[in-house]
Amino acid sequence: MTTIDKPPVETPTAPATPQGPLGRFRQFTGSARRWWKDLPWWGRLIGNVVIFGLAALLPYAGQIPLIGPQIITTGIDWNSSLFVMTYYVLLALGLNVVVGYAGMLDLGYVGFFAIGAYTVALFTSSDSLFHMQWSWLAAVPFGFVISMIFGVILGWPTLRLRGDYLAIVTLGFAEIIRITANSTPNFLRGDRGFGSLPHPPGSWSDGTKIFGVRDAKPYFWLGLVAIVLVILAVRNLDRSRVGRSWLAIREDEEAAEIMGVRTVKYKLWAFAIGALVGGLGGVIFVGYQGFMNSSTFVLQFSILVLAAVVLGGSGNIPGAILGGALITYIPDRLRGISDPITHTDLYQWRFVLFGLLIIIVMIFRPQGLIPSRRRAMELKDRAREVAPQ
Amino acid sequence: MSEPHIESLQWEDAANTGRVDAPAGTGPAIGPPTPHDPVDPNALLQIDNVTLRFGGVVALDDVSFSLRRGEIFGLIGPNGAGKTTCFNAMTGVYRPTFGQILFNGAPISGRKKHEITRMGIARTFQNIRLFPEMTALENVMVGVDAHHHTSVVGALFRLPRHWREEREGRERAMALLEFVGIGHRANDTARNLAYGEQRRLEIARALGTNPTLLCLDEPAAGFNPAEKDSLLALIRRIRDEGVTILLIEHDMRLVMGVCDRIVVLEFGRKIAEGAPAVVRQDPKVIAAYLGVPADAA
Amino acid sequence: MVGTFAAIGVWGVLGYNNNSATPGFWSAVGLILIGLVVAVVASGTTALIVELVAYRPLRRRNAPPLAFLITAIGASLVISETFGVFTHRNQVGAPRLVPPKDLLVFGNTHIRILDVLIIGLALVMMFGLDRFVNQTRMGRGIRAVAQSPDNAALMGVNKNRVISLVFLIGGLMAGVAAVMYALKVGNARYDSGFTLGIEAFTAAVLGGIGNLRGALLGGLTLGLAENYGGELFGTQWQTVVAFILLVLVLMFRPTGILGEALGRARA
Repeated sequence: MTTIDKPPVETPTAPATPQGPLGRFRQFTGSARRWWKDLPWWGRLIGNVVIFGLAALLPYAGQIPLIGPQIITTGIDWNSSLFVMTYYVLLALGLNVVVGYAGMLDLGYVGFFAIGAYTVALFTSSDSLFHMQWSWLAAVPFGFVISMIFGVILGWPTLRLRGDYLAIVTLGFAEIIRITANSTPNFLRGDRGFGSLPHPPGSWSDGTKIFGVRDAKPYFWLGLVAIVLVILAVRNLDRSRVGRSWLAIREDEEAAEIMGVRTVKYKLWAFAIGALVGGLGGVIFVGYQGFMNSSTFVLQFSILVLAAVVLGGSGNIPGAILGGALITYIPDRLRGISDPITHTDLYQWRFVLFGLLIIIVMIFRPQGLIPSRRRAMELKDRAREVAPQ
Repeated sequence: MSEPHIESLQWEDAANTGRVDAPAGTGPAIGPPTPHDPVDPNALLQIDNVTLRFGGVVALDDVSFSLRRGEIFGLIGPNGAGKTTCFNAMTGVYRPTFGQILFNGAPISGRKKHEITRMGIARTFQNIRLFPEMTALENVMVGVDAHHHTSVVGALFRLPRHWREEREGRERAMALLEFVGIGHRANDTARNLAYGEQRRLEIARALGTNPTLLCLDEPAAGFNPAEKDSLLALIRRIRDEGVTILLIEHDMRLVMGVCDRIVVLEFGRKIAEGAPAVVRQDPKVIAAYLGVPADAA
Repeated sequence: MVGTFAAIGVWGVLGYNNNSATPGFWSAVGLILIGLVVAVVASGTTALIVELVAYRPLRRRNAPPLAFLITAIGASLVISETFGVFTHRNQVGAPRLVPPKDLLVFGNTHIRILDVLIIGLALVMMFGLDRFVNQTRMGRGIRAVAQSPDNAALMGVNKNRVISLVFLIGGLMAGVAAVMYALKVGNARYDSGFTLGIEAFTAAVLGGIGNLRGALLGGLTLGLAENYGGELFGTQWQTVVAFILLVLVLMFRPTGILGEALGRARA
């Protein structure tokens, strides 16, 4: 059989390499990626363990000679900042599943975080009207389950909606949660909040609690473990028919359904998993704080997490981690410095900063800092595609 | 093979003389009448009096025909005749305003698209709709996934069924790629394939869903004669594997060459049905494609 | 939000803040007019800047709709948070320019001067906009670009200019609404635009996206629904009513009450 092939409709993907330092950087990252891919599986495993080990040592980064003190945050306890980074990274990973894998823009992601947190608070705090006062560990599974249920509740009516309408509705969802929190003084207790929240269990051999109130390091490590578990889970899903289905849905939902993909089911699962991870973040957050109220769950946080995903690169795990880390690290690092005009701590400017970055990234590099192997969300110039739709 | 020629117009009856457009009356099939039992046991696919309206536009008007198992059936007609609309009705993209579509005796209309695929109907698209960022192999695997049972939980915890189905899926997808002739491009991104390879990939992906009926929407568009010949051979091979084929095509040579029976649509109505050689001579068909001059000599 | 701050700002400059006594009739009229002008200019300018800086580059790059939405969120965050930082997230009170007196009373129903003023102003704006879009040359250009940008360009319509015009008009309307808001609610907050924006979107969807008269009807319906809901459940639940209404409309009648002129809510 001979086919007389026409020249390919698309030229191969590698963009023309610009000369100069940017070009060399691109070549370096390109070949670094290829080297990583070509490693045997155990090579990558060792590499990942090393990376995890380095991450676990981050609390001690301040002790690196010379640059250590420059890296760590001064305006806030470094370990606390690291802990905050872990739950933001978790949120970014969860949102990444919803946005980057299933292509649904969720602007109210903090809602799931809130649900996880409130569920645990309701089950454990002495302020709660349920008076159950369970331990943190006992309440955690319920935090997961209820988050997932809400994920499905939010997902189900919105599945058929076009992208931007879906986004507005998800925004509404988070706002409903916040309004409910502020309007139910006995149930969710508004800004009176919940106090005496328990910490995760466990003691060292000498009897002191691992998860105490002074040292944030164990919380950071707990968060790190949660991140690793989520990464493993997401990776497992990505490299299975679930990931294929998600990708197919994102590329061409109707064609995917015609090829037998149960689009409703997989989109709902994406929402549910995203909600679960959000709830996980909330659950860990509650374990750390002794007290929480409704002011934590404002809309700006959802947008900040969105910024993390967009900035870092949606549709891929390293991008979500990088994004989550940046949106917490940069503002925390800048704490303690005030701006000359209004004398506000630079930390308060973080929303303005990341809002601006969103705009800039959308214009100049919509695929984010770490572009996905799959051009997630098709944010770039769509002029070149397989065939006109 | 002869192209339809003008002399055939002399066979028009007086009622048609002078009309420039196609006959506007309601018309049953012309040519050997095909009986339409309520449920014809030999029919794999039965389209019964299907009318499809979009607002004021009548895309399909009381169309009826049926396919028998194992045949290669052509659906032809000028542009805008309603052929792709017919496909869309059969695959659940559109719901008929009136009438019903039966597959293996069971009604289709109203079912979800993925259910219809699981029942055994697969299709390709007029403008290729591959998943551009996936590799060729992955594209086909999506089709093969249609009959797999690994759940989200199963994939998450890497249960044995996941490994088994992944392996089987990969093997079957690879086999299909070889079958259509692009096995060597298995790991290339779909976007980067040559046009002809993309068309073949779409066919492979559709075959991945293990269909009983394969609907090809202009599979040879943009092909040169050599490519069309090789596509013809592929279509025959697919039929030999036991798949019934429904084909939309513009190229008469291809249609005449491979189809067992054809149906001709024009302005949403069926104007002819039967063996290619007969339909080709049908004056209504000729008029539809060539137009009738204001006064036929 | 920008408009409210602009109006309150200029009133403050002119010597009226939230502690001032209500001015006399002609002073009030003058102040309101000045407030309108300033707010309209501020809002319109903001809208134009956002269009030029954030959206036009995306249009040039053929970005998909989702990119615009993300950028819109970013822009909204920048603007509101900047004001938030400058106001230290406190609200700024507005002077009471219109006395809280009744104009008419029917039994238990009190109709206040301020409400009549606002409704009157709203009606004027609605008629003005409707006339502009449906009966002027520029309005035709807007409708043409909305329905088919490429064809409009072929007919000689400057697409970029039309889009800028649309944003400007939107900003203008928002400026007027801002003054109404400042007069009625009595303060400005850095985040006051957000809820209103969602409600505006809900109203537009309710009436049918792209349908101007639908938007009017939608706004009216939403206002009624929210207030009834507020009566039934408590005023803090008003926004929730709006959202639930939005979800219901999108689920069961996504084309809106009067039907869509453009776009589709369902994928």
